Amino acid sequence: MELLGYYNYWVFAILLVIGLYTVIAKGNLIKKLLGLSIFQSAVFLMYITMNKVEGGTAPIILKGATDQIFSNPLPQVLILTAIVVGVSTTAVGLAIVVRIKETYGSIEEHQIFEADQTP
Amino acid sequence: MMPENAILLALTLPLLGAIGIALAGRVSANLRECITMLTAFGLVAVVWSLLPTIFAGERPAISLLEVVPGIEIAFQVEPLGMMFAALASGLWVVNSLYSIGYMRGNKESNQTRFYVFFAIALSAAIGIAFAANLFTLFLFYELLTLSTYPLVAHKGDEKSVRSARVYLGVLLTTSIGLLLPAIIWTYMVAGTGDFTVGGILDGKLAGPAVGLLLGLFVFGIGKAAMMPVHRWLPAAMVAPTPVSALLHAVAVVKAGVFSITKIIVYIFGVDFLFAEPSSSWLLYAAAFTVIAASVVALRQQNLKRLLAYSTIAQLSYVIMASAILKPLAEIGAAIHIVAHGFGKITLFFAAGAIYTASKKTELWQLRGIGRRMPWTMGAFTIGALSMIGVPPTGGFVSKWYILAGAFQADNYVAITTIILSTVLNAAYFLPIIYIAWFAPEDEATSLKPHGEAPFFAVLALTITAALTLGFFFFNGPVLELEQQIMQGVSP
Amino acid sequence: MSLVQHLSALQVVVPLLSAPLIVLLRPPGLAWAAATATSLMAFTIAIALAIGVSNGNNFAYEMGSWPAPYGITLGVDAFSAILLLITTGASSFALVGGKRSIDSQVEASRQPLFYSAWLLLLAGLVGIVVATDAFNIFVFMEISSLASYVLIAGGPDRRALPAVFKYLIMGTIGATFYLIGVGLIYMMTGTLNLADMAVRIQDVSDQSPILVAAGFITIGLALKAAVFPLHLWLPNAYTHAPHAVTVFLAACATKVALYVLIRFDFIVFQPNLAGHALQFAYFLMPLALLAIIVASAAALFEPNLKRLLAYSSVAQIGYISLGASLVSKAGLTASVLHIFNHSLAKGALFLSVACLAMGFSSTRLEALAGAGRTMPWTMAAFTIAGLSLIGVPGTAGFISKWYLISAVLNEGALGVGLAAVIVVSSLMAAVYIWKVIEVAYFQLPHDGSTAVREAPIELLAVTGLAALANIYYGLFSDVPVSLSSDAAQLLLGVTP
Repeated sequence: MELLGYYNYWVFAILLVIGLYTVIAKGNLIKKLLGLSIFQSAVFLMYITMNKVEGGTAPIILKGATDQIFSNPLPQVLILTAIVVGVSTTAVGLAIVVRIKETYGSIEEHQIFEADQTP
Repeated sequence: MMPENAILLALTLPLLGAIGIALAGRVSANLRECITMLTAFGLVAVVWSLLPTIFAGERPAISLLEVVPGIEIAFQVEPLGMMFAALASGLWVVNSLYSIGYMRGNKESNQTRFYVFFAIALSAAIGIAFAANLFTLFLFYELLTLSTYPLVAHKGDEKSVRSARVYLGVLLTTSIGLLLPAIIWTYMVAGTGDFTVGGILDGKLAGPAVGLLLGLFVFGIGKAAMMPVHRWLPAAMVAPTPVSALLHAVAVVKAGVFSITKIIVYIFGVDFLFAEPSSSWLLYAAAFTVIAASVVALRQQNLKRLLAYSTIAQLSYVIMASAILKPLAEIGAAIHIVAHGFGKITLFFAAGAIYTASKKTELWQLRGIGRRMPWTMGAFTIGALSMIGVPPTGGFVSKWYILAGAFQADNYVAITTIILSTVLNAAYFLPIIYIAWFAPEDEATSLKPHGEAPFFAVLALTITAALTLGFFFFNGPVLELEQQIMQGVSP
Repeated sequence: MSLVQHLSALQVVVPLLSAPLIVLLRPPGLAWAAATATSLMAFTIAIALAIGVSNGNNFAYEMGSWPAPYGITLGVDAFSAILLLITTGASSFALVGGKRSIDSQVEASRQPLFYSAWLLLLAGLVGIVVATDAFNIFVFMEISSLASYVLIAGGPDRRALPAVFKYLIMGTIGATFYLIGVGLIYMMTGTLNLADMAVRIQDVSDQSPILVAAGFITIGLALKAAVFPLHLWLPNAYTHAPHAVTVFLAACATKVALYVLIRFDFIVFQPNLAGHALQFAYFLMPLALLAIIVASAAALFEPNLKRLLAYSSVAQIGYISLGASLVSKAGLTASVLHIFNHSLAKGALFLSVACLAMGFSSTRLEALAGAGRTMPWTMAAFTIAGLSLIGVPGTAGFISKWYLISAVLNEGALGVGLAAVIVVSSLMAAVYIWKVIEVAYFQLPHDGSTAVREAPIELLAVTGLAALANIYYGLFSDVPVSLSSDAAQLLLGVTP
């Protein structure tokens, strides 16, 4: 069936929503970062799956071979960059969480909020 | 000197004076007062040097810079603006004299700041007088608001700060909320904002839009204190009297009615507005303000507040006269700017002199004060008679012209309003004069006797009283100036 | 090969290369000197580019000489020139004046890292502006965002940490949304180059992925640009960041995101999607109006000066979006002009806050009582910049308000309502600026603060210069106005 044939988009959509939900609904800062990672992975999957050409192989030209079908190399490159960005973001985020733990003593959002409310 | 240079010098001289005053204030008070007087005299010399040129029929102009394509800062001297500038600069000299007496007599603090912002305010007033287009007018109008704010809040106590907030609030709200859209609308419709003889809106705007634009302008120019945007005027009474005199006689309110008159004559065009029925509301609104303010003045016990409401009424006289849209009335409006200026400044000087000498502010305290302060009360009497419009004071001349214009236009509303307000003016001024001269003193004063006000204050108010009287006899030049404006307007 | 040809590349490369080198500079003060020198060099390049653009060159640069659309190209036109000027200018002003301010807030041992992050932020922002393909914009956007997270958390205020965490989450979501949108477009057109996209989209048969992509990209960039109601990260992030960082961020960070949003929309979507002009207007205009009113109202009641100015920034971003949502030459000119004038005004305001913070212990309004007496020059600069924010004639803010009101009045009856909103919000700005002025000039200084002296001379000089620039560009506005109208022309002239 057409609809199920696009299962890669379904995966993308479900992961996206799970990631976003985690970011918004969870109070623990680490869980938020995890949600962010899931959210970003969904996007990566979308890019990579879109570049697969039916019957295509890895985009490396073999000497002497003719009539090759390649998968699109560009999204793979884009995603490598995006993964690096994601890793850096997670690293910065975790560093901030470590600092928050040091100064506030907690990584639960509501406790941090209350700590700042007391004059 | 070249007229164009005179225009620029008139604008920059008070600013340079302000710097000089600020520097001199650190050295000595006398030096500072000297520089103030020198600057004031200098300004009079420069501004009045333009008079012969204007009488000859020329209109010197200068354009400074183009801020935005199509909008430039430019100046042009024409009779109405010339009159306002001459009035403002001349009265600044007298006001400075008075300020010296008042500020020292009351041992006010922060006197240097006072004189500095006074000078800046005068520069802004000259800018308004000589503006050649709506944008320049707006620029200097806002500068006047901002430079007079520290003057209103001078005392720095809670009451002054709150009143200054009302002052700034009303003036900025009206100017940004109503005047600015009106100006932009005019630029968009007419393609220009230049003040032109005969107006620029003929053929560009018609119907209710004209009335609406007029309303935006009239209520946007909050300095003209037409009800209901008059609230700032009584609130500004908290300032020292020289500031009240400046605000109500020399610069601020005059800038307001001057701007309205200039816009009616040079943006709308007297003939255009007369032919447009949607603009007739202005007359009724102004007439209402005249009567209502006079009634409120009747009930005031504080002298300065009474004078404040009297000012509101007198300003709407000018607006009402402008709204009659006949040449004689327009001339009357312009002359009334001068006559009221002389008369009101005398009244405020007298009120301040009374306060300086005796700390009295309420009407019932003035019993018999005429015998203790004859010069002051003499001047007050002359000023009051001018407000009522009794010959031989200047107020009579302007009232004559306004009435003549009202008859010419068969405008019974205007005629009735003028007569009624004359009666009301008499009703609140004459009792003061009577009890000041003829009533016996109360005990408190007899126990703590006082004399006349400080010399400089008395000198100043004598000068302005003389001007009020003199205007009755020597009003030829002013008349001639105003008749030049009305050339080409259908009678 | 003359240097001029490489200017657009150098604009990014100079800060980018200096950033890691500065980490090595351990001696105190040397890191600051190197960062300032780099920033000034970038500013000079930006000025050279702006002059070139005014003369008619549109710098198009092919990286590695690979032609577009295969290679990556950089381009500078009128719109980019304005953004480059304010970004490098804000950075230079903040660095030149802010040494002592930064010294008081960032420990000496961490300063090389701090300045390195600063230059990365600068490199990222200018990279966004000169890039002409969608993915490069994403990469530079994330570089600048990560650097800004580091900078905001660099000060002593611990409340910066939860603020920057929130900013990180929201910013990353925004960037990822943008990435999704770009991916969808790539899927349909096969290209990432903006100009090429505009051409290829016409051949696409099924427009719905393009529409979805437009939605994702707009929301993602709106998050970064703090368009209401996605502005929630901004007030706390600006308030608790070190003061010099706030100067830099407030003057340009959100404007660069708006730049991308406007550019993407007008070049790629407007000519190609049927009715997109209306969709854009219906989407952006109500949000802009809400931003203006709600943010100004929030600023009215805010007791902390920095947060008050931050809410004011959200309102001003509303003005810029309002101008863009009119989809007319006049509206876009007003919008781009306001980008320039607002960064002048806000930059000067936050610079004076940095001055005030050097003397007073806190930036709460009540703590600043009597500042007019103890720090007269600082408050004078604040007053001038505040008047520019309100839009008093004679200042730069008036010019952009004039253009904006003229632009909305072209819209008939709706325009009158929009003009009323602009006027009301100017009055609200007058109220909250006047609150500060009253506290500074009319209240007596607290007991401890009579020992407060004026700010350090270099910070004061830079602040004064920024304030005077507001007056200069209020009177001689031909350069920004001509650049803005060229930019508007460019954005609207791209028709298939």
